[in-house]
Amino acid sequence: MAERSEKQDGAAAKPEAAREIAVARNIVGTPYRRVDGRAKVTGQTRFADDLSFPRMVHMRLVRSIVPHARIVSIDTSKAAAMPGVLAFLVGKDMPNTFGILPVSQDEHALCIDKVRFVGDPVVAIAALTDDQAYEASLAVRVEYESLETIATVEEAIATSEPRIHDYSDEGNIHKKVSMQFGELEEGFAEADEIFEDVLLFEGNTHLPMEQHATVAVPEDDGRITVWSSTQTPHYLHRSLAKVLELPASRIRVIACPNGGGFGGKSDPFNHEIAAAKMALRLGRPVKICLTREEVFYCHRGRHPVLMKLRTGFKRDGRMTAQHLQTALDGGAYGSYGVASTYYTGALQTVTYELPRYRFDSVRCFTNKPPCGPKRGHGTPQPRFGLEVHLDKVAVKLGIDPADIRLNNLVQPNTITANWLKVGSIGLKKCIEAVVAGSGWRERRGKLPHGRGLGLACGSYLSGAGLPIYWNHMPQSGVQLKLDRSGCVAAFCGQTEIGQGSDSVLAGIVAEVLGIELLDIRLCVADTDLTPVDLGSYSSRVTLMMGNAALQAAQRARELVARAVSEQLKVPQDRLVFAERRVFDSEDPSKGLSWPEACVCAESRFGTLGTTGSYIPPRSPGRYRGAGVGPSPAYSYSATVVEVEVDPETGLYRVEHVWMAHDVGKAINPVLVMGQIEGSVYMGLGEALMEEQVFRRLPKNRSNALVHKHPSMLEYKSPTFLEMPKVTSYIIEDPDPNGPFGAKEVGQGPLLPMMPAIANAIFDAVGVRVDQIPVHPHLVAKALEEKARGKEPRVGPRAFPSIDFGTPLRVPTPAEGGDGQAVNQDEAKVRTGTGTMTEREEALRGTKR
Amino acid sequence: MMRLPSFRFHRPQNLAEAARLLAASPQTTRLVAGGTDLWPNLKRRHQQAEDVVSLALVRELHGVERRADGSFAIGAMTTLSAVAADRPLAAEHPALSRAVRSISSPVLQNMGTLGGNLCLDTRCTYYNQNEEWRRSIGYCKKEVGETCWVAPGSPRCWAISASDSAPMLCALGASVRLVSASGERTIPLTALYQDDGIAYLTKRPDEILTQVFVPAAADRHSAFWKLRRRGSIDFGVLSVAGTIALDAQRRVRSAQLFLGCVASFPTPCTEAMESLQGQIFDEEHITRAAVLARKAASPLSNTDFLPQWRSKMVEPYTEAVLREIAGLPQQRLAPAHAF
Repeated sequence: MAERSEKQDGAAAKPEAAREIAVARNIVGTPYRRVDGRAKVTGQTRFADDLSFPRMVHMRLVRSIVPHARIVSIDTSKAAAMPGVLAFLVGKDMPNTFGILPVSQDEHALCIDKVRFVGDPVVAIAALTDDQAYEASLAVRVEYESLETIATVEEAIATSEPRIHDYSDEGNIHKKVSMQFGELEEGFAEADEIFEDVLLFEGNTHLPMEQHATVAVPEDDGRITVWSSTQTPHYLHRSLAKVLELPASRIRVIACPNGGGFGGKSDPFNHEIAAAKMALRLGRPVKICLTREEVFYCHRGRHPVLMKLRTGFKRDGRMTAQHLQTALDGGAYGSYGVASTYYTGALQTVTYELPRYRFDSVRCFTNKPPCGPKRGHGTPQPRFGLEVHLDKVAVKLGIDPADIRLNNLVQPNTITANWLKVGSIGLKKCIEAVVAGSGWRERRGKLPHGRGLGLACGSYLSGAGLPIYWNHMPQSGVQLKLDRSGCVAAFCGQTEIGQGSDSVLAGIVAEVLGIELLDIRLCVADTDLTPVDLGSYSSRVTLMMGNAALQAAQRARELVARAVSEQLKVPQDRLVFAERRVFDSEDPSKGLSWPEACVCAESRFGTLGTTGSYIPPRSPGRYRGAGVGPSPAYSYSATVVEVEVDPETGLYRVEHVWMAHDVGKAINPVLVMGQIEGSVYMGLGEALMEEQVFRRLPKNRSNALVHKHPSMLEYKSPTFLEMPKVTSYIIEDPDPNGPFGAKEVGQGPLLPMMPAIANAIFDAVGVRVDQIPVHPHLVAKALEEKARGKEPRVGPRAFPSIDFGTPLRVPTPAEGGDGQAVNQDEAKVRTGTGTMTEREEALRGTKR
Repeated sequence: MMRLPSFRFHRPQNLAEAARLLAASPQTTRLVAGGTDLWPNLKRRHQQAEDVVSLALVRELHGVERRADGSFAIGAMTTLSAVAADRPLAAEHPALSRAVRSISSPVLQNMGTLGGNLCLDTRCTYYNQNEEWRRSIGYCKKEVGETCWVAPGSPRCWAISASDSAPMLCALGASVRLVSASGERTIPLTALYQDDGIAYLTKRPDEILTQVFVPAAADRHSAFWKLRRRGSIDFGVLSVAGTIALDAQRRVRSAQLFLGCVASFPTPCTEAMESLQGQIFDEEHITRAAVLARKAASPLSNTDFLPQWRSKMVEPYTEAVLREIAGLPQQRLAPAHAF
């Protein structure tokens, strides 16, 4: 079983900084107005598409209209003769590959020889106006030679040729993983009963309000500035340098505030790179703003995942072992997919004690837009599986679903079977809050037929423990500049995507220095001016940037304190920073205003500046694949959902959601509430209706494989009218690794929504819909099955047969393991011929 | 952003001028009322126009008028919001107000017009897509393609009539006035439509739908229910409109039942209507009529949800409409967005 470290009480281990300035706390923990709020509601915020520059031209992309084909020829002659048309780019203009992960650099800014899905970009056109660029884009003719298309995981497994990419673990299986933690069979032998479930989570997309937009502006001396709606300016910076073959120092990336990201703007994108190339070619600023349809093609959203769980249970509901298998439909490119694959297994162990665990997974290439990270990245699918599985087991064993969870909780300061270090865990309080709030004990199973309650939990990372590319540098950095004006400028590479990171940065600095938010000026997400922060993904910003900001602010405070102490002849440890003053705690009338204190410090030390940075603690796992899952801190959530179901039509509505989230410490409770409610909303959409699905026409008539509904009218996402009443609980169990004890809240509360809704439908009408979304016609189908006396369930029946070879075997902490695999050499699941490295080398060879 | 193609834009001040402009080249000219249908269709390039004639400035087409016989004359350019908000009309025909309020969203009701909604182009998931998407399926029959992808073996187009006002006004026995440069005619609304996804209107291209006449309710009672995924914005996947007149003995003197969104035209539930005729309007006959109503519908896979389930939903939704008219309590959960 999991090991516990000596330090038992996570709550008592407050970080130094929190204790030190606890007396003067005036912002952190209070519901303060977000610093970018007024500009956003009055329209002053400049999003990427709001930008305009002298001599700016417009770019459009011609995208593939076939799902899988070789490009035979491209004819731009008709388009070139059209009014306003200035230039074209094709694939060979940008031959270098790129991609978010070093192991899957499989994208080109424009396709060179082959297209892999409807929407893959082939030609870029610049014209004086957007209208002209669009009309010209319709006049470009591309001749294709069709290849067999692969639409599903099953087809990808069955079809090794033609390959969508010439690298993979096996045929069209992009990635294959098999890992075993502990003696699995022993665990199953100990079990009183073994339960199995097969479930499906359909893919869905982020649907940010803002479509991706980029403006590339050529500057003096061959430099270029790229303004973009991106969550990851740093990774875009690296990709631009690689594809444009320019030193990174000549490229400046500025991430505009994003009108929503949710993971959909975390990859470097072909349109960003093509716009930069076009700007360099023309010597003029180039803008591209994608249409909504193109946003559906950028995608990188939730992977469709088919999963099978097999778990051994004791009669009292304790788990003895689990075998999880997942199959991911990856779409046409790698994107974050290798990480997504591992994430469908990594966090199964951080909520409930699981002494032995095996995880097998495949991610397949298919001729559809690439999947990637959407809020919860790879973890909502297996979380849905686990929480529905547990609900069923609880019912079968006659245990209250709340109790089966409470009895199995991971303890604080545990190392799990797969070597993740869990620090604080406030899940017990979360469950208790929603159980009490919803009247769970009194009402579950006792409501009239058609009404029901469902419960589920979840957990998420507060930032991935490792950066996307291997390095020993900080994951986040903050610089502060103070001067005689009293203004404190904070510089950080972090990106505001609506989550409130600007407000967290300003709030932490203002808190430590005892000044107001209006005294802080932010400069963020600008690769020329700001220290690197890896980006707004994996719920990392509050914890990582927050710690960097805390360090920079403490250093600034130290400088100011020393200077003021000398001037006022007051010992430094008696000085208080509060209410825009620095004063003697024993004689508050003795002190300096904040600008005076800055003058004092600038006079004493010269120009004032401090830095702070953050590197996450090292994780105990040492096996291959151990890089995905570790985090400085895990957040926890629990929810109870009440539904009303019409037993005849299957129509249902969600009436009330009680959601509790352990955020460690709420830096700004109003933003935490906003994230909880936003997660409820997004989870509701995934459970009820959202699906990124495709249509293949009859094969005897057409090769088409198209997105079923790439528009906001027909891709269904809830409106205000579907939003139920939400009761949110902020649970604070401070984590020693978080700034002021803070953990994430941006993604975690999404996770329990989908299983809770499915579980509530079971409580209401006694049927199981083991797939997401839970369409009313599926509920109706399950009710029909029930009426016919059959198993009252709809959902997938079987997991495909896949040879996972010998799993990587890693002894657990309880078995005396050291975090390493014992069969590193023997365990090889990969049988494919091409690897990314081999491919890269081959490409380099071709270039020479 | 999707871009409009270029065209000549006309804003005539009166109906005669509008009819003349349209008559000049009716095949390449399109009328625009609120633009909530035409502009997206032009942006997606599945409709084309060399000339667009806006009816916005034609005063005589705006407004709701109650006539001496209790009937209403509604100008085709009256916005959906104005139709729904017209108090005498709402008092006389509350179900019509409901049907109109169920169209899209309040924002679009402020722009969209009653005439526009009646002439709404038929819809299909293979057709209401961007130009590039439609290229990738080789277009469909409603455009330049050869195949109806909804039913590839079928010789016809199966795009659906998604107008919410149409089935309700058909049930209410409305008629419409059509004006052209060469004359005018008034026809029953049911005669405006035909079950063909391409030629869904019998209106000639040079005719302008100018007015909608709605007879007084008298002793008739109506109801309208609509099924769609969300409580706003969405087109229906099924709508049921019913108008029933009873005699003193609660016998059905006349029954009108129309379905929306299940075929290329507002679909009369002939057998269900006949089954009610002369019968006591009670639970038993309502249930029987609801079962028969389903026979009128054979939805296909060209909009949201599974067609088999949509077909099944005809029964409970028809029953709900008839029960509402009969003043019986609803037995089923009204979806959050039932009207």
